[in-house]
Formats: sequence, C-alpha cells, structure tokens
Amino acid sequence: MWSFRVRGGVKLQYHKELSSEKAVVPMPLPRRLYLPLQQHIGAPALPVVVVGDTVLKGQLIAKAAPGLSAPVHASSSGTVVAIEEYVAPHPSGLRQKTIVIDTDGQDRWAELPKPITDDFPLGVTPAELNSRVAAAGIVGMGGAAFPSAVKLDLKSRYQLDTLLINGAECEPYLTCDDRLMREEAAAVIDGVRILAYALEVQSVVFAIERNKPQALAAIREAARVEPWIKVMALPTRFPMGSERHLVLACTGRETPSRKLTADIGVVVHNVATARAVARTVRSGEPLISRVVTVSGRGIREPANINVPLGTLVEDLLVFCGGLHPVPHKLIGGGPMMGAPLPSVQVPVVKGTSGVLALTADEVNDGAESPCIRCGSCVSACPCGLVPLEMAQLVRRGDLQGAQAIGLQDCVSCGSCSFICPSHIPLSHYFNFAKGQLGALDRDSRRQDRIRSLIQARNERAAREAEAKKAAAAARKAAKAAAAAASAAAPVDTPASQLEEST
Amino acid sequence: MITMATRAGPFTHTVNSISRTMLWVMAALLPATAYGLWLFGWPAIFLLVITLATALAAEALMLKLLGQPVRARLADGSALLTGWLLALSLPPWAPWWIGFLGALVAIVLGKHLFGGLGQNMFNPAMVARIVLLISFPVQLTVWVAPAPLGSANAPSFSQALTYVAGHSTLPEHMSAATSLGVLKTEHSRGISVAKTTEQLPPPEQLAIGREPGSMGETSAGLLLAGGLLLLALRIISWHIPLAMLGTLATLALVSNALDPSRFAAMPIHLLSGATLLGAFFIATDYVTSPVSRSGQLLFGAGIGALTWVIRSLGAYPEGVAFAVVLMNAMVPLIDRGFRPRVFGRSRRGQSLDTKKPKIPL
Repeated sequence: MWSFRVRGGVKLQYHKELSSEKAVVPMPLPRRLYLPLQQHIGAPALPVVVVGDTVLKGQLIAKAAPGLSAPVHASSSGTVVAIEEYVAPHPSGLRQKTIVIDTDGQDRWAELPKPITDDFPLGVTPAELNSRVAAAGIVGMGGAAFPSAVKLDLKSRYQLDTLLINGAECEPYLTCDDRLMREEAAAVIDGVRILAYALEVQSVVFAIERNKPQALAAIREAARVEPWIKVMALPTRFPMGSERHLVLACTGRETPSRKLTADIGVVVHNVATARAVARTVRSGEPLISRVVTVSGRGIREPANINVPLGTLVEDLLVFCGGLHPVPHKLIGGGPMMGAPLPSVQVPVVKGTSGVLALTADEVNDGAESPCIRCGSCVSACPCGLVPLEMAQLVRRGDLQGAQAIGLQDCVSCGSCSFICPSHIPLSHYFNFAKGQLGALDRDSRRQDRIRSLIQARNERAAREAEAKKAAAAARKAAKAAAAAASAAAPVDTPASQLEEST
Repeated sequence: MITMATRAGPFTHTVNSISRTMLWVMAALLPATAYGLWLFGWPAIFLLVITLATALAAEALMLKLLGQPVRARLADGSALLTGWLLALSLPPWAPWWIGFLGALVAIVLGKHLFGGLGQNMFNPAMVARIVLLISFPVQLTVWVAPAPLGSANAPSFSQALTYVAGHSTLPEHMSAATSLGVLKTEHSRGISVAKTTEQLPPPEQLAIGREPGSMGETSAGLLLAGGLLLLALRIISWHIPLAMLGTLATLALVSNALDPSRFAAMPIHLLSGATLLGAFFIATDYVTSPVSRSGQLLFGAGIGALTWVIRSLGAYPEGVAFAVVLMNAMVPLIDRGFRPRVFGRSRRGQSLDTKKPKIPL
C-alpha cells in the first residue's frame, strides 16, 4: 500500500524491543512539579493562581488565552511556590513562564466535572463535548500539541467525513502508544467513539504499523463492538505517522499543498489523545499525566511510565536507574523528529512522548563531507522534494529559490538527513530556512504595515493641504465678491464681519 | 550562517557513508579486475599500480593546494576508484606515462578544476580516457592477445618492465584487435558485418572474456556479477543500467534485423567493449548522473542510444566513454526537467484541488 500511494520514506533501525515489553508503570509523585504555561501550539495560558495558593489535583491553575490556546491543571495537590521563568523542554534552552508546585504527598483531588457515563448516544451534544475537551486542556499527544478542541471544531468550517486515529508510532524507540493500545484498548476505542460523535463523522479508520502485532490484535478485539471502525495494519516505514502521508496511505486522498487534511474531509487524532478524551468524559479528569517512553542504550532500565505532567526529566531518569554509559545525546521525543533536551532539569509536558538517552553508536553522527549527488535524499523524501538542491540554495542564501522548489512542502521528517551518506544535516538547513522565511515574512508584513501607515498619513496631509487650499480659494473668492459688492453698493462693512471671514 | 551548536534531528543515521559506498563499488569491481590482471599479466598489474598511485598522489596534492582536509578526503576512496576505473578502461599493456598522465588528467582536470568531489560535471575517468584517446591514438589502440600469467606467451616480470617503460615494442604475435575494432575496419574495407561476425569469438566467449580488449572490460560475466552485487546492496538502482542496456539492445536488435550486413548483432553490442563496465560502474556514477529516477531512465537511455550511434555510424569502433560524457553534459538540464512530483501538488506545481469548505473562509 505504501509503495503504491506514498513515495519515499526510509527503513530505520527500530529498537522498540528495549521498551515494548515493559508495561506502563506509575511514576512516584515528585517533590516538585514544573508546569509551563505553554505546552501547546498557540498562546500561553494565563495563570489563575498566585504564589502561596494551595491547589488540588486536577484544579485549573491557568486558563486558556483568547484564540488558540489550552488551559493547564495541577497534576497533584500542593502549594504554588513560584510562577517564574524556567527552562523549557526546547533545544534553545529558553526560559518560559512556569508554575511551580510543591507537592504535599496527599494527591487530593479537586472537584471534577460530572462524568458522562451514558453509553451511546451520549447524553450531551457534540458542542458540550467540545467544551469539555477544551476545559480539560487536551492537546494532540503525538508531539505537535495542537489544542484538540480546536480540531474537533473544524466541522463548523469543513465538510468532514472521516476520523483517522494515528496509532502508527513510526518513530524508533517509542512504545508509549503501543503500550497504551495493548493495555487500554477499551478506553482508547471508547475515546475514538467519543471523538467520532463529537466530530459527527460516519467513517473511522484506526491505523497501526505492522510492527505492533499485539496492539493491532488488542485494538481489533476492542473495536469488534463497533464494526464501523476500520482497523488498518500499515507497513512499517518512516514517516508513516506523518499526518498527510498517513491520510494518503489510509484513504487514498492527497492533502493539497499548504492546506489542512480537513480540506479533504479528514481529521487525525493520536491514540493517546483519544484515551485522554475518554478519560475526561468518563471520569471528569483533565489532562494531568501522560505515558512517556524512557529508552535508548544510555538508560539502565528502559520503561514506559505514566508521568504526572511537570515531573522533571531528571526524576524520570533516576526512576529508570540512571544513565549508563554517559549518553551521547539526550532527546525529547523520537530520534527522527525529536529535539535535544537542553538539560535534565526540564519538565515533562503534554507533548513529551519520549525521553531518549542515546549512545554515540546509536546516533552515528559522522563528520560532514561534500554532497556526491547520490540521490538518496531524493528517493527518501516522502514529499517529492529534491533536498540536495534545496540545501545548495539554502547554503547560498537563496531562500526564495529554495521556496520555489518546495521548501514549504517539507514536513521536517528527517528522512533525507538520516539517509545522507555524506552526513549533511539537510533537515537542519530546511528548518533554518523555514525559520528565516517566517521571519522575513513577518518583517515584510511589518514593512507593509508601516508603508501603508505612511501612505495614509501622506494622503491625510495631502487632503488637509487640499482643504486648506480650497478654503483659501473660497476666502479669496468671498473677498473678491465682497469687494465687488462694496464697489457696486458702497456700504460700510461691519468690522466684525470682516474678521469672521479671515 | 547556520549554527551547528544545537543541531536539529534526526539523531540517528544509516551506517552508509561515502567511503563505504566507494569500497563496495571497488569490491564489486574485484572479480573483473582480477580476471583482467591474470589475463594480461605483469604489464597490466604495473598499469593498475601506476594509475592508483598517481590518482592518490594527485588527489593529495590538490587537496593540499586547495586547503582541504587531506587525510579525511583521501580516505573517502573516490580518487582510488577513479584511478581504478581508468586503469580498467585502458589498453592493458599501455606504457607507464599513459596511466600516469591519465590519472593526472582525471583527478586534476576532471575533478578538482570543477571544484572537487561532488562538483565535477563529467566522469573523471572517462574524461581522462577521452583526452588520452584523442592525444595518443596509437598508444590507446594497441591491443594484445590474452596471455594469462603462467602461460607460454606471458611476459616475465622483467619483460613487462620494459614494455611499461616504453623501451620495447610489442612482439608481432601478441598484437590483436578487439571485436568492435575488427568490425569497424572490415566494414570500412567493404566487408559485410555479418560475414566478419562469423570470425569473431562467439557470445559465450565474450561473456567469459578471453579476448583482446581494455584491461577490465573483457569479462562481461564478471562485470555483470559485480553490477548485480551493487544492485543487491542498493548502492546503485536499476534505472540507469537497465535503460542503457535496454536501449542499446533494442537499437542493435532492430538495426541488425533491418540490415545485418551493416549493423552488428545485439550480443556483440552488449558483451564487448565497455558496455557492461559502463552500464554498472561508470554511467551510475552518482556525481555525474541525474538524481531523480525518471531522469536516470532518460540518462541511461541516452547513453545506450549514443553508444549505438557512435559504434554503428561514427568513426570510432567504441563509444561508451563518449556517450557517457555527452550525457553527463545533459545532466543539469535533465535534473531541472525531471523532478519528482511534490506531495500535494500537481506535476506543474499547482496545489491540488480541495473539497469546498462549508463556510468560505
């Protein structure tokens, strides 16, 4: 199927065996939780607590900002000890506003919204479901962290017909979705039904890569009650989990360039998101924890852990027996699309699917050599791009040229960099170029705005000058007329009248 | 401009590298090379050593002059492979200065004057071969009958030294002509190609390669085996070799069927000259071939067609080197015209149609 519908892609070394047989274990409650206000795409949430407040587990501590945003909840009970800038789990190591909670060890729950326990049809409207998902702070848990309620609301603007559940998990090492599908298949399927109900779609496709046979079997079994949910086994090939490519592989529909999958009637949600939605609806619990895979050969005891959001990576690593040997790279997410962690003192957030400690062997980052035009990157690119040529243009600083041959169609999957025998960091070039183009774009928009303001000002000035001129001309005419009139009838003009006309 | 400090992913990489690729290509060349060395004895061994040594020395010198990291770049194996391919394409008993000059031309003119690894437009080994053929047509068309090491005709180590040094000429009984050469000269004398073909070695012998020819080009079977190894390892794809061989075979079949007195039969085209070496090892050179699969098909077909045209209609008996270099010149054009279709766009680059949104945005 992949070979017919989707081109490119690469075969990777998977290493899922390090953690795939490790059942999800709960993380002991850490002493401190660090909850960044921005754990999603969009505007940072706005704190509703102050330092010194006592909070309960599941309590809202920051509400969604207007527009695209998602709220944040306390993942355990305790005291707010700080609301300050703290290092974010982002390679830049930039700080961002974070609510710090000292846990009290009681793990006392706040009062939660009333669970919806009805079987289908649910006793609530799709709109009510949406607002519950929004209030629970659920975001896409596959990595992009797009606020889920906004995705559910796409039906108001697009003709949707299909919900696609992404259980591909094509990143090497990661097994959190695999474990979730195996261990909580019923909850996942319940979440899928709720999502389908909220989206009002008839057709649901549940896609899982073939390298997860147990997950496939478990989901098939759980979905047996709902024959309209089509479970599909996909070939194991990276980047199968890429939204557009998954949609093409499963539905045969190709998302147009620069458009959303919603434009062709499909909405994609990750399995962990589906399970989070089920949990919110069935127990009222907001998104305050997630399953994280901790793996790599630099980890003593790889594991899948249910982690309270805000737990430091350091605590996770200690829980997994620590690092051994000293890893070459510490990564948040998978090795293909994940990002290096700036330190171990960063928190787990809603989009953290994995924490990987990779040895030099696993990373294999050799020195860069010249491009030999082997074309591996061209064959590997699932987007039909010519990475070697784009890289050449970017290197030369010709960003417009790179854009002209499809830079903005790159999904940053990293297949080209992975396959390059010369170890040229192609994706890095493209991410850089996209960032630059974004900045240029913003800049040119600002320039346009300034230009239009200046133009408006000039026009106003011109209008005023014109008006002044007209007034002066009118005055002159009036004067002339008055003079003519006084010449015709020499009557004394009152001084007050003259003054008025000046 | 681009900072590498916080390099973005991926954080995993294939084990593939330039040197690994070059080493596998050389490994795939080993059987045909070993056969050629055995078949043509000590002079061929000296020739190979000279081209390899000169290529490496010239590469090191150029890297040093251009201020590039000498050891790292030398280790990538590309210069060694260039020298190797050049040796395989030369007459096996050529004097030392042919090999020396050829390797120098290949590395300095063919590679570094274009900007070094990855920048050259033309296959360096083929550029060198053409320069030599045009400059020294006599030395480049002296062929010897097979004289395997240990056989009665085989020159001894010291005899070989005198040939390679250029101090003595070939003994009369050792000189011979290649199949393609025989066809061309006989045809120019008015003798039908079909008739000449009867006196040539039969196809099975061409496949084994016990015949006069360039040092590493004679054994079609061993070259094919090496080519298949590269295909199996996915170091090369089938597109260029198949397009080249297919086009050459088709043209040979059709022309031979139409006029057997004028055009050589298909097996001769495929099994003699540089056809197989060219198809699997020279035309597939990454640097000088198109990057897209469709472009590679056109490129391969072009080489096959030009090879047939030069051999059948041109003045030279053999045309692979010319055909490759001519098509090398077309690569920038092909690369521009044959890009893959971008995901979500039509062939012409337009964004695909969408379903209409319920409420226009």
